[in-house]
Formats: sequence, C-alpha cells, structure tokens
Amino acid sequence: MVETVQSWEVPIAREDDIVLVRRKARALAQERGFDAFAAAALTTAASELARNVWVHAGGGKAIIEELTDGYRTGIRMTFVDEGPGITDVERVLQGGFSTARSLGLGVSGTRRLVEEFDLQTAPGRGTRVVIVKWTRF
Amino acid sequence: MNAHGPIPILRVGSNLLTTVHIDLHDTVAEAFQQDVLLAIERTGATGLVIDITGLEEVDTYVARILADTGRMAKLMGAQTVVVGMRPEVAATLIRMGYMMEGVETALDVDEGLTLLIERQAKKRRST
Repeated sequence: MVETVQSWEVPIAREDDIVLVRRKARALAQERGFDAFAAAALTTAASELARNVWVHAGGGKAIIEELTDGYRTGIRMTFVDEGPGITDVERVLQGGFSTARSLGLGVSGTRRLVEEFDLQTAPGRGTRVVIVKWTRF
Repeated sequence: MNAHGPIPILRVGSNLLTTVHIDLHDTVAEAFQQDVLLAIERTGATGLVIDITGLEEVDTYVARILADTGRMAKLMGAQTVVVGMRPEVAATLIRMGYMMEGVETALDVDEGLTLLIERQAKKRRST
C-alpha cells in the first residue's frame, strides 16, 4: 500500500517559481537517496511540467509528495492549472507538437522519464498532470 | 566584456569561452544570447565554447536555448561547441527524445578548444 509521508505545495505564479519547484524536487530526491540519473530525470520532468503550467496557463501550482510503499521512497508531483486545457491530447502525448516555445517534446518526453504518468485535461477545464518516480531497491 | 547578463564571456585566443552556471530562463537566456553575439562581433572570434558542467539538469527549453545560440553564432560565422554535459543530463535528454541537432559537443573545455583550434588551422591551410 502506498502512503503519503509528507507533502508540500508550491505555487507557480512567476517564471522564477519553476526553479523553486525544481529545487524542491531535487532536494527531496537527493535526501531520499535517488541516484544522479533518477534525480535528473525527476527534476527535468518537473521543470518541463512546471514550465507548461506557466507558459500555457499563466500559473497554477505544484504539489510534491513523499511516498512510501513500505520498502521504497517515491516522489509524486502533481501539476494543476486552470488554463485553457489541451484539445488534442493524443497529439501532445505523441510529441513533436509544438505551440508556445517549449512543448514540442515536453509532455511526451516527460512521460519517458518517470514510472507513473497521468494527464487529465479538457478544453476550458484546465490541466492536471501527475508523475511518480521511485527509488530503486 | 559583458553587455547585459550575469554570465561572463571570456576571450581565449581567437575563441570565446563562457560557463553557464545559473538557470537559463527567459530574461537571462535572452541577455546571454545577445552578449554572445555582441562578443563575437567585438572580438572577431571564430569559435565559441559553452561550458555546461555546472548544469545539473537541462530541460528541452534550456537545450533549445543552447542550440539556438549555436545557430545564431553560426550565422555570424562562429562555430559553437557545447562542453561538459553531465552523464545524467545526456541520459535524460536522449530518453526524452531530444537530439540537440546542429550543435557540436566535446567532453570538456580543453577538448572543445582543441577541436576549434584544429578546425581553424585546417581552414587556414586550405585557403
């Protein structure tokens, strides 16, 4: 069973907040023994998704949770915005679809960096992306 | 030699060397690109080494800024080599499917400068 050990909420209201989200994720990953490759994967994914919130929705928030399944530590990150949402989800998930500067590989690439990925969105209803990365045994 | 931004650009012989040690987001990135181009104009440098040893993560946004900077420099006639990419950064970019096309890379600053100097010597011999 997966339990949340602790959680933090980081608002994304300015471009600089992308850095704060990433730093928090990196600090937690390093404290909990993620290796350099796993930490870079998680923080890069966090950076892409936080940037999407900023660029496409003009702001939102990130929720960072420390998880445990009794053996390993996981980090779950949830990115929530109330922006325009995504119309063509399939296309975004496949990648190579670029609108405002960064999105080309952002979402599809991010999916390959983490163990769990979930995207909920609808036009006019905002976007919610959840990623989870676990330590190795 | 700095016009706008916080990232210093140094002259090493006929090349420029710059070490990116802080986050390259919008305002910093734009100032960095302008500083690089102005430094090329001012010094007549034919090569540019961008050292990213200090970057613990490079997302597709930053990768694109680096690649764009290289392409801008190339339009002016200077060749760019990105050096010092960490193992975990290389692994992450490739897993995401990002190829950083159009930019040459080398292991470290020494290798990058050597590559540029050899290229420049070869060009002089052939002309």
